[in-house]
Amino acid sequence: MTALLTILVLVSITVAVWQMVKIFDLATAHTENSQVANDNDNRIQGYLMIGFLIFIYAITIVSFMAYGDLPLMSNSASAHGPGLDNLMIISMVIIFIVQTITQFLLHYFAFKYKGEKGRKALFYADNDKLEFIWTIIPVIVLAGLIIYGLFTWSDIMNYEKEDDHIVVELYAQQFNWKARYAGEDNVLGKANVRLIDLDKANILGLDESDPYAQDDVITTELHLPVGRQVIFKMRSQDVLHSAYMPHFRAQMNCVPGMVTQFAFTPTMTTEEMRQTPQMIDKVANINRIRTEKSKKLIENGEEALDRYEFDYLLLCNKICGKSHYNMQMKIIVESEEEYQAWLKEQKMFKNSLVQN
Amino acid sequence: MSAHADTHEHDDHGHHHHKETFVTKYIFSQDHKMIAKQYLITGTIMGVIGVLMSLMFRMQIAWPEEPNVMFEALLGKWAPDGVMDADIYLALVTIHGTIMVFFVLTAGLSGTFSNLLIPLQIGARDMASGFLNMVSYWLFFLSSVFMILSLFVEAGPAAAGWTIYPPLSALPLAQSGSGAGMTLWLVSMAIFIASSLLGSLNYIVTVINLRTKGMSMTRLPLTIWAFFITAVIGVVSFPVLLSAALLLIMDRSFGTSFFLSDIFIQGEVLHYQGGSPVLFEHLFWFLGHPEVYIVLLPALGITSEVIATNSRKPIFGYRAMVASILAIAFLSTIVWGHHMFISGMNPFLGSVFTFTTLLIAIPSAVKAFNYITTLWKGNLQLNPAMLFSIGLVSTFITGGLTGIILGDSALDINVHDTYFVVAHFHLVMGISALYGMFAGIYHWFPKMFKRMMNKNLGYIHFWVTAVCAYGVFFPMHFIGMAGLPRRYYTNSNFPLFDDTADANVIITMFALVGGVFQLVFLWNFFYSIFYGKKTVQNPWRSNTLEWTAPIKHIHGNWEGEIPHVYRWAYDYSKPGHEEDFVPQNVPLKDGEEELQH
Repeated sequence: MTALLTILVLVSITVAVWQMVKIFDLATAHTENSQVANDNDNRIQGYLMIGFLIFIYAITIVSFMAYGDLPLMSNSASAHGPGLDNLMIISMVIIFIVQTITQFLLHYFAFKYKGEKGRKALFYADNDKLEFIWTIIPVIVLAGLIIYGLFTWSDIMNYEKEDDHIVVELYAQQFNWKARYAGEDNVLGKANVRLIDLDKANILGLDESDPYAQDDVITTELHLPVGRQVIFKMRSQDVLHSAYMPHFRAQMNCVPGMVTQFAFTPTMTTEEMRQTPQMIDKVANINRIRTEKSKKLIENGEEALDRYEFDYLLLCNKICGKSHYNMQMKIIVESEEEYQAWLKEQKMFKNSLVQN
Repeated sequence: MSAHADTHEHDDHGHHHHKETFVTKYIFSQDHKMIAKQYLITGTIMGVIGVLMSLMFRMQIAWPEEPNVMFEALLGKWAPDGVMDADIYLALVTIHGTIMVFFVLTAGLSGTFSNLLIPLQIGARDMASGFLNMVSYWLFFLSSVFMILSLFVEAGPAAAGWTIYPPLSALPLAQSGSGAGMTLWLVSMAIFIASSLLGSLNYIVTVINLRTKGMSMTRLPLTIWAFFITAVIGVVSFPVLLSAALLLIMDRSFGTSFFLSDIFIQGEVLHYQGGSPVLFEHLFWFLGHPEVYIVLLPALGITSEVIATNSRKPIFGYRAMVASILAIAFLSTIVWGHHMFISGMNPFLGSVFTFTTLLIAIPSAVKAFNYITTLWKGNLQLNPAMLFSIGLVSTFITGGLTGIILGDSALDINVHDTYFVVAHFHLVMGISALYGMFAGIYHWFPKMFKRMMNKNLGYIHFWVTAVCAYGVFFPMHFIGMAGLPRRYYTNSNFPLFDDTADANVIITMFALVGGVFQLVFLWNFFYSIFYGKKTVQNPWRSNTLEWTAPIKHIHGNWEGEIPHVYRWAYDYSKPGHEEDFVPQNVPLKDGEEELQH
């Protein structure tokens, strides 16, 4: 149906263009050397410039009204998140001020100074003072942004290890994620993809003789205790992947042949996040959309969509092949007790091996 | 610094002393004007293919579950019953990027206008080496053929993204497109780079050696400065991509491990050991980032020329404009790491690259302010070329500003590889460079084809394109900041992103309308080549030397002597002159002072 509609739209646009071509051909048939803009053109195009300025402002406002709740700029679920969001908001404000002013000047001048026969432009080729001003202003603003940005970056990347941190490995493969917990010793056992032994269910290639590896726990869901620093070690077995956890403002590539890392402290449990006003609105909105969609599906004799409930997600954000679009893992942030209880239920590596 | 092209003025250059056949005139031509046209036509054809691909994958994103007859018709076995295959989606994204960046906006833009304008604007009979110039075009043509051929490979074309990061691009086991399709991609790009290098060397040598008498470097039009510096960036950075491509070919076909290590795929451990994909990323982006400026600088150069001419005013701050081109060129080679903040490289490097990256905003801001000041108190002739140039400044600002966010390593963490990036680079280098190309085409069409394009069609083309460009890429920032990753075949596996579906449909609508309206341009372009109104010699009343050459194309560009140059290119509306323009070959009047630069 949509396809048919699309084709129809395309055909009608083509016809419209063709008609316009004819109209303009007829309109320009009587004028002499018509292909250079004359005063009349300049006037029309000048007004259109103002129209376009209004359009730019309008699309900005409309986008904010329609999609303003989409950006992840508040409600972050990690300790470093608010600092990063703050920097984002400051940058955005600066951008919008500059954007509004410069677009105004550009289009307004295009309108104001539209050409007229007989008028002469001002011969004005240089002004060192002006050049200096608009070199120095960006320098000052950018210096501020750079310094703020570098402090934020350095805080995130050169984190200090907290005493009660936990170590978790994120393991990427086409097209799913595994998590490996370091266990009671809080040290991940040695691992290399060369040690993978599918027959023995050693799927992450842990060194079976390494004592640190024995108590490691491999899971397909990522559970994190709230308020404790998590140091992630990323590994990939095949191609590049990227471990993207947008709600925690966290991302790091997984690179075959090396271990990368990223650390953050979750500050909000899944349940708490679900109860924030922003999230309640977002989920309600998504469910409204899904109900609409489901109606159509049921009409076509297909199954309705499930109701959506919010969960933190780990997404793959580096093109990794055919099913890249569906490489995800659920993240559950919970209280320390819930986390410990869950962890106890999981099999330790030494118990998970299949012995022949 | 006065130039010396007099040695060139052997009379025999002005006349034909061998008969031209169809083949030497239209196919294996060594005349820069013909080669420019060849680049333009080839680039346009590639552009049509690239845009068509983008429309297809935009339709897939907007209506992922729905069969589409267009897919079935155009993709054949890749879209059984009109449902697009996930691999071919990635292939479309990949080839769209490759074609637009390299074949349209590098070869199509630089190739066309550097070739056309360098000899004509500096007052030279032709390029330094007409033969190399011809070879350069035909290598480009050959690489285009290979790229198109790769679309018809059994296992599908390259699909690892235009950045072809290994191991995905290295292992056919990881992705079907990484087989013969990727081989052809690499071969095509290797030939492309050879072509680009021959072209660039030729441009550099020509600008340095063949300027006419009086055409000192400080009198060069900004177009030439832009083309010249672009060529220098190309020579510095393209070879690095070539080496990356060669090493990747080695890894793929000869068992080396430059970029690969410790890989377990489809149940087996591969032998690769000790390489690093991060190395490839460094090599790729060492070209990849300067490439952005290889695409953008010529567009800015064209804009400088078009805005000054049509404002009937000197370009404001000529020296600052040249300085900012040089600054951008220099900085562009030391910022590549901002594509790799979260690649696993040392975070300290991230800090360094944040610093250098944000510095680029300074010369860019200077350029934008200078364009705006050039308009101030001008007498603007709003020709289609002028509209596209103003449009370029607009998208350059809108797209450039978000670079402040992406260049900041801390902020990049959460928007890296999302649609925010897609919106940013499409506005700042895709749309801007495309506008520059359109501006160039509308402005120099009379020079190339001796006829004028229809201005009303030009107006329609500009306004619809301008509205659609913002309509496509403005909302895209928002879905990017929602965390939606790019290169997802469908978002329906993530209910989290269901609220971005509406925006995606609207974006696709704008893209379709914008895409279809490019037909207006194509029609105008091809129709005007044959039936457009005949042009006068200097239709835009411009100062630069190309308009002093006769309308009829002749080998050697000028009958008789090459014009000498007595002034810079921007004496528009100069007090003390009757006309509002004074071509560069008009001697200074008694007592007239030249602006010192």
